[in-house]
Amino acid sequence: MKTTLKITVVLVMLFTIVSCNKKTRRNYQYMPNMYQPVGYEPYQESDAFKGDMEAQLPVDGTIPRGYSLYEIEDTTEGYEEAKAGLESPLDSSAVDYARGKELYDIYCGICHGNKGDGQGTLMKREKILGVPSYDTRELTAGSIYHVIYYGLNSMGSYANFMSEEERWQVVAYVEKLKADLEK
Amino acid sequence: MKHVIYRNLTSNILRLGFILLLTFSTTVLAQEGDPAKGKTLFNTNCAACHKLDKKMTGPALRNVEARLAEDEGLDREWLNKWIRNSSALIKSGDTYANKIWNEYNQTAMNAFPQLSDQDISDILAYTAATPPPPPEDPCIANPNGPNCGGGEPVDTLSNSIILGALALLFGLLAMALVLVNRTLKRFADAKGIAVAESDKGTPIWKAFIQNQFLVLVTSIALLLASGYFVYGYFMQVGVDQGYEPVQPIHYSHRIHAGDNKIDCKYCHSSARVSKTSGIPSLNVCMNCHKSIGEVAAETQLEGQEYGVDYNAEIQKLYKAVGWDETNQKYTGETSPVKWIRIHNLPDFAYFNHSQHVSVAGIECQTCHGPVEEMEIVSQYAPLTMGWCINCHRETNVKIKDNAYYTKIHEQLSKKYGVEQLTAAQMGGLECGKCHY
Ligand code: HEC
Ligand code: HEC
Ligand code: HEC
Ligand code: HEC
Ligand code: HEC
Ligand code: HEC
Ligand code: HEC
Repeated sequence: MKTTLKITVVLVMLFTIVSCNKKTRRNYQYMPNMYQPVGYEPYQESDAFKGDMEAQLPVDGTIPRGYSLYEIEDTTEGYEEAKAGLESPLDSSAVDYARGKELYDIYCGICHGNKGDGQGTLMKREKILGVPSYDTRELTAGSIYHVIYYGLNSMGSYANFMSEEERWQVVAYVEKLKADLEK
Repeated sequence: MKHVIYRNLTSNILRLGFILLLTFSTTVLAQEGDPAKGKTLFNTNCAACHKLDKKMTGPALRNVEARLAEDEGLDREWLNKWIRNSSALIKSGDTYANKIWNEYNQTAMNAFPQLSDQDISDILAYTAATPPPPPEDPCIANPNGPNCGGGEPVDTLSNSIILGALALLFGLLAMALVLVNRTLKRFADAKGIAVAESDKGTPIWKAFIQNQFLVLVTSIALLLASGYFVYGYFMQVGVDQGYEPVQPIHYSHRIHAGDNKIDCKYCHSSARVSKTSGIPSLNVCMNCHKSIGEVAAETQLEGQEYGVDYNAEIQKLYKAVGWDETNQKYTGETSPVKWIRIHNLPDFAYFNHSQHVSVAGIECQTCHGPVEEMEIVSQYAPLTMGWCINCHRETNVKIKDNAYYTKIHEQLSKKYGVEQLTAAQMGGLECGKCHY
């Protein structure tokens, strides 16, 4: 009788150890103080910051280095102003269609289609509706940039995905797609 | 007699013409639209701002024509004018046009001068069509069918019930055997029959202990085996391969990156340019989820396999970002989503995404596995130092189109006498590159 008791005790202990090894929990570490960072990691929780998180917006009235101000407002008048007046700072030698295409295929192709005909994967699967083909709209470099920066109605803003220069590369690529579609 | 024919001819022509006019004008008035064509037109032109049953940028359009006729006494004429050029109608001082325009914060609706009368009646026929019934949910008809049940996947539930029942059965059997044995013995005692005792030879384990050679071999084997397991156990301490935490929002890469083919860098945008790959902020989600408030019915059915209600998960997203779905406005009350980090190198090792993704051009899947098939992300690679080093030994540096590398590549390949440099030969094994 005693042996059966011992065997059950050992089995129960083994079982508990094995069942501790769950996929939803992290493994043990040898020396956690060498593993866990002392400095702040991206997205870390920390009570040193507003809202207890490390990720913060730039302070009002400041511009990060390498950025410049975009002063046209997000209104219908702003859109018209950009359409009429805003021009690309890239000259023809700085336009790089290969990079423009790469960025466009990542960020815009999913809705607008890689050809700009409004037939992206999400449109074909009817998840998102009403994406226009570029040749049905009247576009200028300025209006495209404005739409990337602020979005338009149900299209969101894509300003935080790309740097200013990258945005203008995409603008150049969209103009090329529109010209190709209109051929 | 002939005269009669001629006399009647004019009136006959008149009559015929009148009938023709009537038939034509009735078709013009009735304007039988084609809902199928209307759907395509609606999806390309109007769906950016209008849904049938829900407010978006513009009002819900199900049965607009009937609604406007009943509530406002507006006819097809008005609708044609509105759709072809709403701002002209507003400027002309039309009361209802101005009312609805102000109600929607003076948002301008696009003008559609290119739409013909027929196009517009197709669209309106589509808005008036009765919605198709949602696909049969097998669980409504038969709540006990396979894959149904409140949240919990039934498979595992029924499995555990069956297992429990089996265990109970075995327990009962064992007890019955013991009881039978005991009663039999008691009978035997009562009848005075001696139960045969087993033979008193040397038991096998005693013979084994007496043979010293066998004992030695077995203990060495045992030691080696346990050493192997102990080593294995100590080596996996600190390695989180397969780690799969439960996230605050059940976000599925299978649906987004797999079924809908959204590029990894759409969301993990900073992998292109920085050390961290980053988790998308919620405004990125809202680029699509402003329009996708609930998943398609088929997707919702798929969710039952995993025991999640996908629509409820999207509501969690709306709650976190503070999106008021009925009014299509942000409320400003946000609460950050606390995603649980999975891949995490120790503080003393440095890893940079842009070096591997943009410079070396390595696919995400090489290191993270088939993420586009994962319902819940789990850690695919061990992320040990051996794993990094192995790949640096095996992978060639991508020098094409990289002006920085032309010179150093020439010199190094001369030094090593090879065509293609591996990352290791370029210095990918130096401790200081990853530890500092
Ligand atoms: C989530 C889907 C989606 C994505 C991704 C998307 N768009 Fe759009 N886009 C739309 C929709 C919807 C419209 C129609 C908006 C309207 O007219 O109300 C639109 C309209 C446009 C227009 C026409 C605006 C006008 O002046 O009429 C341009 C230009 C455009 N998008 C460019 C882009 C670019 C460049 C990108 C990538 C950075 C992009 N879009 C990514 C959905 C998307
Ligand atoms: C750019 C976004 C946009 C597009 C595209 C659009 N609409 Fe509208 N629509 C609106 C807005 C916004 C309103 C509310 C009135 C206003 O602010 O002008 C509206 C109002 C309406 C109304 C009046 C509804 C009511 O309840 O009084 C009708 C009808 C209508 N739209 C039909 C259409 C049709 C048909 C199409 C496609 C051919 C279309 N709209 C495309 C934005 C849009
Ligand atoms: C629609 C946005 C979106 C897309 C597209 C997307 N992801 Fe994610 N990814 C997320 C979110 C949100 C999380 C955090 C929640 C989680 O871990 O499930 C995440 C988490 C991850 C993680 C785990 C991060 C950690 O904590 O260690 C990896 C790895 C990952 N994604 C890789 C990929 C790869 C590879 C692709 C392309 C096949 C991809 N993602 C496409 C949004 C996205
Ligand atoms: C490029 C468009 C896009 C973006 C960006 C996007 N989603 Fe989705 N999401 C979809 C589509 C499409 C579906 C599936 C709808 C369907 O099948 O009907 C979906 C479904 C979902 C679902 C229900 C299914 C599931 O995965 O559990 C959730 C929850 C969800 N998304 C959360 C998010 C979160 C959180 C983010 C931001 C990290 C995000 N989405 C970003 C397009 C997007
Ligand atoms: C060479 C291998 C490798 C490749 C290629 C790679 N990753 Fe990673 N990824 C890692 C490692 C290692 C970590 C852990 C980094 C850390 O803890 O500092 C990680 C972490 C992450 C994280 C967690 C958050 C973070 O930024 O630390 C996400 C999300 C992620 N990767 C997404 C991606 C995506 C998307 C791609 C493709 C564009 C990609 N990874 C390509 C190795 C790789
Ligand atoms: C899939 C293969 C692969 C894996 C896995 C991998 N690397 Fe790399 N790594 C490369 C390649 C290829 C390069 C060369 C990139 C280039 O062209 O500069 C590189 C370059 C580097 C560099 C820069 C070396 C230099 O000479 O400047 C560092 C640092 C680095 N890797 C760290 C890591 C760490 C840390 C890990 C493990 C967490 C890791 N890598 C995993 C393929 C890999
Ligand atoms: C390609 C990048 C890379 C290089 C080069 C590299 N290491 Fe590591 N090393 C790592 C990573 C990643 C880890 C973390 C492994 C883990 O968490 O299991 C690590 C961990 C370690 C550890 C701690 C042991 C452990 O498993 O926790 C030591 C000690 C170490 N490295 C020493 C060295 C020395 C000495 C060199 C030079 C000969 C070197 N490393 C070169 C990436 C590298």
